[in-house]
Amino acid sequence: MNLLWIPLLPLLGTLVPLLSYRFGRTATAALTALLPAISLILVVQAIPAVFAGEALTWQASWIPQIGLNLAFHLDGLALLFSLLILGIGLLVILYARYYLSDNDHMGRFYSYLILFMTAMLGVVLSNNLLQLWFFWELTSISSFLLISFWSHKTDARKGARMALTITGAGGLALLGALILIGQTVGSYDLRTVLASGDVLRESAVYPVIIVLFLLGAFTKSAQFPFHFWLPHAMAAPTPVSAYLHSATMVKAGVFLLARFYPVLADTDLWFVIVSMVGLATLLLGAYTALFKHDLKGLLAYSTISHLGLITLLFGLDTELAAIAAVFHIINHAVFKASLFMAAGIIDHESGSRDMRQLNGLWKYMPYTATLAMVAAASMAGVPLLNGFLSKEMLFAETLHQATLGSLSWLIPLLATIGGALAVAYSLRFIHDVFFNGEPINLPRTPHEPPRYMRVPVEILVVLCLLVGIVPDFAVGDLLNAAASAVLHKPLPDFSLAVWHGFNGPLLMSLLAVAGGATLYYNRRHLFAFQGQFADFDAKIEFEKGIQWTTEKAAVIHRWLDNASLQRYVFLLIIFSLFVTAWPLLQLENAQGSRPQLPVNGIVLVAAGLLIIGTLATVIFSHLRLLALIMISIVGLIVAIAFAYFSAPDLALTQLSVEVATIILFLLALYFLPQKTPLRDSSPRRIVRDLSIASLVGAVIGTLCYAMLTRPLHSISEFFIANSKTGGGGTNVVNVILVDFRGFDTLGEITVLAIAGLGIYKLLAGMRLYVPAADSEGRPWAKDKNPMMLALISQSLLPLALLVSAYIFLRGHNMPGGGFIAGLITAIALIQQYIAHGVAWMKIRLNFPYHWLIAAGLLLATFSGLGSWLFDQPFLTTWFDYFSLPWIGKFELASAMVFDLGVYFTVIGATLLILANLGQLTTSERPLPGGK
Amino acid sequence: MLSLTILQGAVLLTSTLVVVALILNIWRMLRGPDITDRILALDTLYINSIALIILLGLYNGSALYFEGALLIAMLGFVSTAALCKYLLRGDIIE
Repeated sequence: MNLLWIPLLPLLGTLVPLLSYRFGRTATAALTALLPAISLILVVQAIPAVFAGEALTWQASWIPQIGLNLAFHLDGLALLFSLLILGIGLLVILYARYYLSDNDHMGRFYSYLILFMTAMLGVVLSNNLLQLWFFWELTSISSFLLISFWSHKTDARKGARMALTITGAGGLALLGALILIGQTVGSYDLRTVLASGDVLRESAVYPVIIVLFLLGAFTKSAQFPFHFWLPHAMAAPTPVSAYLHSATMVKAGVFLLARFYPVLADTDLWFVIVSMVGLATLLLGAYTALFKHDLKGLLAYSTISHLGLITLLFGLDTELAAIAAVFHIINHAVFKASLFMAAGIIDHESGSRDMRQLNGLWKYMPYTATLAMVAAASMAGVPLLNGFLSKEMLFAETLHQATLGSLSWLIPLLATIGGALAVAYSLRFIHDVFFNGEPINLPRTPHEPPRYMRVPVEILVVLCLLVGIVPDFAVGDLLNAAASAVLHKPLPDFSLAVWHGFNGPLLMSLLAVAGGATLYYNRRHLFAFQGQFADFDAKIEFEKGIQWTTEKAAVIHRWLDNASLQRYVFLLIIFSLFVTAWPLLQLENAQGSRPQLPVNGIVLVAAGLLIIGTLATVIFSHLRLLALIMISIVGLIVAIAFAYFSAPDLALTQLSVEVATIILFLLALYFLPQKTPLRDSSPRRIVRDLSIASLVGAVIGTLCYAMLTRPLHSISEFFIANSKTGGGGTNVVNVILVDFRGFDTLGEITVLAIAGLGIYKLLAGMRLYVPAADSEGRPWAKDKNPMMLALISQSLLPLALLVSAYIFLRGHNMPGGGFIAGLITAIALIQQYIAHGVAWMKIRLNFPYHWLIAAGLLLATFSGLGSWLFDQPFLTTWFDYFSLPWIGKFELASAMVFDLGVYFTVIGATLLILANLGQLTTSERPLPGGK
Repeated sequence: MLSLTILQGAVLLTSTLVVVALILNIWRMLRGPDITDRILALDTLYINSIALIILLGLYNGSALYFEGALLIAMLGFVSTAALCKYLLRGDIIE
């Protein structure tokens, strides 16, 4: 059997309810249950093997670099939890079929529920720490969806948010713990980790691991002081509470304690923290439960208390205590699920959950009442029921521990008090709801629920009795298997008998029952005493905290992100200034050892022109067209400088980008005011900006000077040496672009394509103000397309295309290549748009540029993928030399196909942006529909 | 040997003259007075740059620079035309 199917089937099952909810409620429930049921059968099939001591495993490589494998294993503990998760999950599916009303979206509900089931299965079956954490987080998220299922209710939203915040924060702590564990052990494999207990316990980070780990487990299992989220999660539909707060979500925390018990326990630190937190939770939960008027509130605090009990057991320094903890996990899941379901039935059939209104329901629903009373008795720990057995084991273990030295006698005493409180709130549950007079102001007259709504409760109650009366027969083997997985060694002798003779634990039980009855009988005084305390609502405090955090975050956000572009640039520049200036401060002398190049008059004049152009741009920045002309000087001089310093490729690129930029600016300028309104910046601001700009200029200038005057070992030698032999081209720049760093280029043209499409999307449906006159107020000329311009441009087109083809073809060996050629072609076509207008172009060149981009990207990608056919890595270049008559010897390289892809993408993206920006004023403008 | 020196001398002399022309272009560009004067100055700047690049190629004995000159010749026209169209109609693509 393939272990992967157990979590995979429910995962696929999340889609089933979404597809099937149209076919009616029963069909939806039945179809939803199908895949988890098969999963359960698979688990059941594995039982004999697991009982024989085998652990089934399945593994596949996922991201081996970080030690993350997709790995599952099924040992005793995982088996126990899988049975609980799938078994109770199926019962909840049946129950929810009757619980949900017609207004609830059943498909969505079941889908969340099954997603949660998958996540829980993933947690318990994971054989890899990181994968375990992944599923752990999935439980947080899917439980958030479940708790907030009735999202129209504030309570539900707030409760869900609280649960997500607390368990999410705990999950973060857990991730820290798991990574530390993985690093200490050297493996994220759970089996390996479980065998390395000594390494972990002796490592220096052990205390850190313990604290982070317990934070994760305690937040999930609602241990004090993180318990407050659980009662608020009761805003969920009751089937969710029955599932999450009995067998699954909150049990994930104690599962973690059980799972890592063999490696993390066995130190004083563990025992003290775990037992004390468990004890505090046990008492606090039980005490608070007594005062809750809401049925589900009582059950919620009782759940907290029982989780505390399990935690306490894991914190007691004996092997039997760990066994008892596992046993109580089973028992609590069974009786608490049935109690939640019973509470749901009562709520469903009477319209209220308030125990001050619900009285005397015995007369109206005797059958349900009997079931609920049996389950509640189990919760109280009454003999012949399963809750009694594990509670007896707890009492027995509290007598045999020495956690608190000479004060250790306190623990059995407090445990007995906890037991008494449990008896008291269980009595209240039974007596207040089913007896105690007549119902008061119920919205509906209570009656028995539909037949099949009761079936899940019946099954669970029968289990309570079965385990309570013949424990060894019912769960002996399962408990053995699970407990040996927890202890990771042979089990000590223990007996699951109902009767152990008159002994200490029995006496404690009797005391608890008597004490609980007394407490309940005198509850009036207790309620009066409790009434003196001010009500503490965790939700309000929590919301206060959340709102405080949100406000502070908003303040920071407003300061950083105030929608002022000047502010962004300011912050960015200041930051980069610090980053670059800091190393320069450490540098003694800016000038390095390399000799300087000779300066001649031409270079000096060019530098002077560059400075003049820059200054003129600043001075004329108010008059935008003029500023554009001035900045063109800068572009031109830089291009000449590139050529002069032997970078012809850069010069060609710079020239073509320059022209494309001018056209882009002109297109945009048309829609902007011709002049910046002369409301000058304040003098303070001018001084500030001027200082920053000068400082940045000084720092960057110094940095360049320091870099250029130093002999640096660069990587260029490698490229120069391998360009011809490895890439088949003598133009190193081009070979780098299409071969050595071809993958980067592929990424870059993809970005270019995305940018082009993004701008197209922004332009779609845009309508802008169109000025009627120029900046001097003169009306525009009448002649749209002057004939002289049209004729010259048209005759320029073939020439330009020829040049671009030439530049493209020779690119591999001489300056040029797809990028420059693409820009030349695009500019030549844009020139036709300028000269002839959109309508003229539409007749002659009517195809969407998107296709050109797509074709380019596909071509580039396929030329890369092509190398796979020859068992070579992605984007390996192939080239060879051929000769043809008349043409002579020539070279063919696969890089050329890649370059063709670049060529098409560049044309497509440039035209998509420029042509569509230009078409904004015409009837051909892009429309919102993308037409 | 001699011919090479003559060529070099000629190139240097021409370059100096072209650079003077560049300075004059900038002067016109800054002075104006009209926007058309400035656009014309920019266009002349492009043409003089072509000369400068060709001279650079002659001086270094390399043909690598010629494409640069070709591009300026071709694309410089486009930007001048676009600027002029902007003056005429505001909307350069319509």
